[in-house]
Amino acid sequence: MAGDSRSTGVYGALGSVWATLSTRAAIGPAWLRKAVGWALLAGFLYWIPTYYPESVVTALTKTVCLAIAALGLNLLTGYTGQISVGHGAFFGIGAYTLTILVTDHGWGYPAAMVVAAALSFVVGVIVGLPALRIKGLYLALVTLGLASLFPLAVKRFSDLTGGSQGKRLRPPLRPPEGSGLANDQFIYYVTIAVAVVCFVLVRNLVRSRVGRSLIAIRDNETAAATMGVNITRTKLAVFGVSAMLAGIGGALSVLDSRFVNAGSYQIDRSIEILVAVVIGGVASIAGPILGAVAVVFVPDRLPENLAVWKPVMFAALLIGLVFLAPGGIMGMFKRIGGEARVALARRAAADDGDTSA
Amino acid sequence: MSEFLQFTFIGLQRGAVYASLAIALVIIFRTTGLLNFAQGEMAMFSTYFVSVAYDAGLPLPAAVVVGVAGGFLLGAAAQVLLVRPVSNRSMGNPLPIVIVTIGLFLGLNGLAPRMPWGETTRPFPVPFGTGSIELLGATLSHRTIGTLLVLASEVAVLWLLFQKTRLGLALRGVASNAESSSLVGIPVNRMLTVGWGLAAAFGTVAGVLSVEGGVDNTLMISPLVFAFAAATLGGFDSELGAVVGGLIVGVFSELVAHYVDLVGQDLKLLPAFVLILLVLLLRPQGLFGRAQVTRV
Repeated sequence: MAGDSRSTGVYGALGSVWATLSTRAAIGPAWLRKAVGWALLAGFLYWIPTYYPESVVTALTKTVCLAIAALGLNLLTGYTGQISVGHGAFFGIGAYTLTILVTDHGWGYPAAMVVAAALSFVVGVIVGLPALRIKGLYLALVTLGLASLFPLAVKRFSDLTGGSQGKRLRPPLRPPEGSGLANDQFIYYVTIAVAVVCFVLVRNLVRSRVGRSLIAIRDNETAAATMGVNITRTKLAVFGVSAMLAGIGGALSVLDSRFVNAGSYQIDRSIEILVAVVIGGVASIAGPILGAVAVVFVPDRLPENLAVWKPVMFAALLIGLVFLAPGGIMGMFKRIGGEARVALARRAAADDGDTSA
Repeated sequence: MSEFLQFTFIGLQRGAVYASLAIALVIIFRTTGLLNFAQGEMAMFSTYFVSVAYDAGLPLPAAVVVGVAGGFLLGAAAQVLLVRPVSNRSMGNPLPIVIVTIGLFLGLNGLAPRMPWGETTRPFPVPFGTGSIELLGATLSHRTIGTLLVLASEVAVLWLLFQKTRLGLALRGVASNAESSSLVGIPVNRMLTVGWGLAAAFGTVAGVLSVEGGVDNTLMISPLVFAFAAATLGGFDSELGAVVGGLIVGVFSELVAHYVDLVGQDLKLLPAFVLILLVLLLRPQGLFGRAQVTRV
């Protein structure tokens, strides 16, 4: 199989280009370069809403919300080898909880957000418990049920949820007095801030003891259990956190849309999140962001007559990526990075050869 | 009492549909250990084949035969073109194949309205007409009787095929141990293709039986969840379990929907969903399945 041989065509060539660039462009110590990189990214994220019109900012906010949900699914899929087709339901639970608490019960936004996250966590644990005790991909089955059930439940309890008619979020979240920010800008910054917290927490989680036990479970459950990892509890906790992140994404998404209805949380929402994970790359932290950009931003900019083909394109992308790039976009980057290291090592070896000759 | 019986009849009819689709899920699970999330959408697609053949002037039974053949080809093609190459390279990790079946679910669902047969719901006759008979004070529709008869003949075909033919023996061999089967000369890959084809063929029958008024791309979305509940209850490795599970799920969800106000007709999926959770919690192998034992 071509994919297994090293230094193959495209990846090898790109790796060698990367190697050249990284040696030429390396100025200053590594920590400084990293710090400058992060500062540039932060500056860029800050600058976007000051330059672009509301429509772009809104689309970006939507993208970030989906990225948080995809981060949750990625945590589950990438680190425990389980798959959920029901993250759209958790997204919906977050969205509805926030809307109902703020609109009908007059709660403040931060408290409603916390409850939305907690409720998604609890539902995740309840639903995950039966499926995660046993081997096999039964979680996919259970979450498929949840994803199909959620919109029906929303319609059934329309007194609470507004049903198919939908429900408006009132009062909308307004920027603080004197900040000079427009609504969309403020909501964008809030979303980005929450997203940063979520991403940092997940990054720390997967690099911690918990993260290592997760990887052990994914790679060999029996061996992990022998090493003293409590499999069910760990998997359940991860699924809970994963559902919670989807709930947070959902709750944040209403800040901007200010509207929920049953139609928005059908099973396609769940599949959208899954597509974002597969495109971005399973088991990577940056993957969900790239995946979310591809899922939200790109189709929004498609011409009208192509929009009906969106599900088919997503399907082709999903299947195509499993065939061509199982690691998604981040997988490709990692491979190019690996090739670059190989190229650097080869050049270093060649230099040694020159000097000793 | 007659009311109870009435809803039991309706439940049996729905249950027979879930059982047909659950049989398809079980055939795939037995031969490959996979959950095929695209099973319902494949059935939806081949029900379109039946509808097109019927509108072209074929009598309904002949149109169903055309659809079943089309379904078989669709299932076999999916296995050859998508599932086989992925399972060859994923080396025992089921995740990529599950992602492919979810992709297939999405793709077939999105493709159906874009096909030449049109975007709008295609009118399709209710199978077995609208007549009925009176039994013990309840109305037993011809449709319920016909659907149950179809299910019974599906079970007979399945039994004859698996127990009385060489093909069935080979399929059972592959299901129980692919490696040994290949050592005694059974073409394992071809058997897997046949398995997918067979599953999709049974799915077609489920599709036709589940039509209420017309065919569109949402036809099989909720039956799929019910069928998963049926297969979970019966045990994923037992065809008999799929049939019994399907009937139980059908009757149970119909009765709960009628007698429990909280559930009602809109949330009929809820009892099936709760059933999935309870079975996985209490008896993961299902009623008829064998518990999996792992050797370390």
